[in-house]
Amino acid sequence: MRITRLVVAAALLVAAGGVAFADGSGDPTAVKSEDGKYFDKEGNPTYKISSDGTVDWYTYSGYRRYHSECHVCHGPDGMGSTYAPALKESLKTMSYADFLSVVASGRKNVSTASENVMPAFGTNPNVACYMDDIYVYLRARANDAWGRVRPSKHEDKPEAYTEAENACMGNH
Amino acid sequence: MRKVLLATFLGSAAALTVGGASANEELVKMSQNPKDWVMPTGDYANTRYSKLNQINASNVGKLQVAWTFSTGVLRGHEGGPLIIGNIMYVHTPFPNKVYALDLSQDNKIVWRYEPKQDPNVIPVMCCDTVNRGLSYGDGKIFLHQADDKLIALDAKTGNLVWSATNGDPSKGQTGTSAPLVVKDKVLVGTSGGEFGVQCSMTAYDIKSGKQVWKAYSEGPDDQLLVDPEKTTALGKPIGKDSSLKTWQGDQWKIGGGCTWGWLAYDPQLDLVYYGSGNPSTWNPKQRPGDNKWSMTIFARNPDNGMAKWVYQMTPHDEWDYDGVNEMILTDEQVGGQSRKLLTHFDRNGIGYTLDRATGELLVAEKYDPKVNWTTGVDMNKNSPTFGRPKVVAEYSTEHGGEDHNTKGICPAALGSKDEQPAAYSPETQLFYVPTNHVCMDYEPFKVSYTAGQPYVGATLSMYPPPGDHNMGNFIAWDGKTGKIAWSNPEQFSVWSGALATAGNVVFYGTLEGYLKAVDAKTGKELYKFKTPSGIIGNVTTYEHNGKQYVAVLSGVGGWAGIGLAAGLTDPTAGLGAVGGYAALSNYTALGGTLTVFALP
Repeated sequence: MRITRLVVAAALLVAAGGVAFADGSGDPTAVKSEDGKYFDKEGNPTYKISSDGTVDWYTYSGYRRYHSECHVCHGPDGMGSTYAPALKESLKTMSYADFLSVVASGRKNVSTASENVMPAFGTNPNVACYMDDIYVYLRARANDAWGRVRPSKHEDKPEAYTEAENACMGNH
Repeated sequence: MRKVLLATFLGSAAALTVGGASANEELVKMSQNPKDWVMPTGDYANTRYSKLNQINASNVGKLQVAWTFSTGVLRGHEGGPLIIGNIMYVHTPFPNKVYALDLSQDNKIVWRYEPKQDPNVIPVMCCDTVNRGLSYGDGKIFLHQADDKLIALDAKTGNLVWSATNGDPSKGQTGTSAPLVVKDKVLVGTSGGEFGVQCSMTAYDIKSGKQVWKAYSEGPDDQLLVDPEKTTALGKPIGKDSSLKTWQGDQWKIGGGCTWGWLAYDPQLDLVYYGSGNPSTWNPKQRPGDNKWSMTIFARNPDNGMAKWVYQMTPHDEWDYDGVNEMILTDEQVGGQSRKLLTHFDRNGIGYTLDRATGELLVAEKYDPKVNWTTGVDMNKNSPTFGRPKVVAEYSTEHGGEDHNTKGICPAALGSKDEQPAAYSPETQLFYVPTNHVCMDYEPFKVSYTAGQPYVGATLSMYPPPGDHNMGNFIAWDGKTGKIAWSNPEQFSVWSGALATAGNVVFYGTLEGYLKAVDAKTGKELYKFKTPSGIIGNVTTYEHNGKQYVAVLSGVGGWAGIGLAAGLTDPTAGLGAVGGYAALSNYTALGGTLTVFALP
C-alpha cells in the first residue's frame, strides 16, 4: 500500500514535470541528430532552432507542407479557424504517436453541436511523406520556439531526406 | 351576369396561361414583384436591386430588429433566404437543413427537411461547409447538397420529389453553389478545385431530375460543348481542340475549372452566364499552357449547353484567382449607344465590362488600386495579346518557380473579391461591391494527385497591403468608365452580398457581424446593428402585409473564417511576433441566425 502511494506520487510528479513543457511528447530539447533530423531524449522527432533564427530542415519543410495541406482547415500558422482546432494548442497535450495516428486515420466529431471531421491522410503522399516535417514544425509552434513567420534561414536539405522523399513520393 | 361570366372566363384563361407557361416565364414574372425574393440573386440579371422604398435614406436610421430565427447550425452561413408569398425558405450549411417559415403565422415552421449525408463529405469541402442558397421553380424548391446531389422538394410540403447525383464526393466533388432555374431546367455547378476535379456545369430536367446536358470547363470539344467554328473568344472562332492544346498531357482530367459561383440568365438573348475557377494544381509549373477554359466567363445556350462565347480572364493562373464571381447584366448607354452589358468583378482584382451578346471586351480596370500582379489588360484589338493581362515578373509565381517564395502579391488568393455578390442600382447606375484588401506571399511546389485528397501545391501567407490596416473596402463602382465612385474602408474583408434599394440605401454585412446601411450616392453610414455572429450571408429585402423587411443570415465561417480567424501575419514582424493584425476571433464566434429588420 505504501509502495503504491509512493508510485502514484512519483507519477504525479512526473506528470507535473511534463506540464512545464506544455508538450504532449515531453521535453522537446534535441539531444541527438541523424542526417539532419533531430530527436528528443525519448526518440521523438523535434526541432532545432539556432539563436540566429536558423531552423532545421524539418521545421522549414513542415512550415511549407502545413501551409499547403493543413492550413485550409486549421488556419495559418497552426492558429486554428472558425471550425478546426488550433494545432499549436493541440500539440501541447497530444503525443507524437497520437499525432501520427490521427493524421493517418482521421477522426470524426459529429453531433448536434459540432460537425468536425478530420479526413484520413494515410494514402495522400503530400501529407503521409511529410508527417514528421509537419509534426516538427507544429511542435516548435506549440512550444513557442517558432512564431507566426516563415522561416527565412534553414539548414540544408539532407541528402538522405531527398532520397527518402523521392522514394515516398514516387519521383524518379 | 354576363360580366361575371366574362371575368370568370378571363380568370381561367389567365390561369391556363400560367399553367402552360414554362417555369422561366413564371419566374421572370415573379421576380418582377418586389414584395418577393424568388431567386438567390434577386433576379436573373443578378442586380440584387429592390424597388421597395419604404425603408429609405431618411428613415433607415430608425431600423429595428423585427424577429430572429436560429438555424441550429454552427458553421459558415452564406447566401440568403427566398421569400415567396407568405413563405420564407431558409437554408443552412452542412447538414443542409431547409426550413419553410410562414410569415403570416408568426414565422411558424411549416415544414423542415434535412438530407441524410455521409459526414465524410465535410473535410472534402475546401473552405468550410457553406451553401449559397436555394432556388424555386415549378412549385419546387431546389437544394444543392454538400455531397453534390441536387434535390427537388415540394415547396408546399417539403416532400422529396426527385434527387439527382451531380458528382462523387469521394473524388472531391462537392456542392456549395445555389442552383438556377432556367426554362424547364435546373442548372448547377460543382466545387472541388482544390481536389483536382474536372468541373462542369450541368442542366437537369425540372420535372424528372434527369440530366439534360453537362458542359466541362476543360477537355475535348464534345465535353466542353463548344462548336469550334461558331463558339467565339473575343470575336474569333475558338477553333478545334481549344482546351486540349493548352494543357500538357492528361493534366486537364484533373484540371479544376470549378463552377461554384453564381449563374445569370438573359431571357431575350436566351443565354446563361457563369465563370469557371482555378486550374489544378495551384503550382503553375505542373501545368504549362493557358489551361483553357479555366478562369473563363462562359455564355451558353440553356437548352443544349452549347457555348456562344468564352473569355478567359487569367490564362495560366499562378495565384488561385478563380473566375466564378457573379455576372451582373445591365442595359446601359455607352458612347451614346444602348449596350447589353455584363459586368464582373474578378478575384484577380480587375472589373470587366463586356457586351453580353457578343463577348466583346469593353472595359477592364483594377477595382482596387493596390492590385499589382498585372499592369492591366491589353485592350489593343490588333495586338496578338489582346484581352490578356500583362503579368509583372516580380509577382509571377511561374517566373519565381517551384520552391521560391514570391512576396507581396496583391490581391491574395482570396481575390479582391470572392463569391460575395455585388449589387447594381439602375438609379445611381453604380455597382456596390464588397471587397477584400489583402496581399500574399505564394510559394508553389510539386504535389502528387490522389483522388479525393487535397491537391493544392502552394503555401501562402496573407496580410493587408503594406501601409494599410484595413483588410476590406465596400466600394461603389462605375462600370462604364471603370472608376471607383466612393470607397468605405472596413477592418476585415467584406464577405457579405450587397443589396441596393430604391430607397437610396445600400445594405451589406461585415465579418464582425454588423449589418450596415449606407447612402447609395455618397456611401455615408446611416445605420448599423451587430448581429449574433459574423456575416458572410447576402442581404435580402421583401414586403409582407404592406411592410418592408430586410433579412440577413449571420454565422461566421467560409474562407474568411479560416484566413482571418486568428488574424493575419505581419511579414515584417520579427521572430516570435503574434498576429500583427486584428483577429476575427476577438470579435465573433460561430452560430447561424437569421435577423430580420423593419421600421418601428
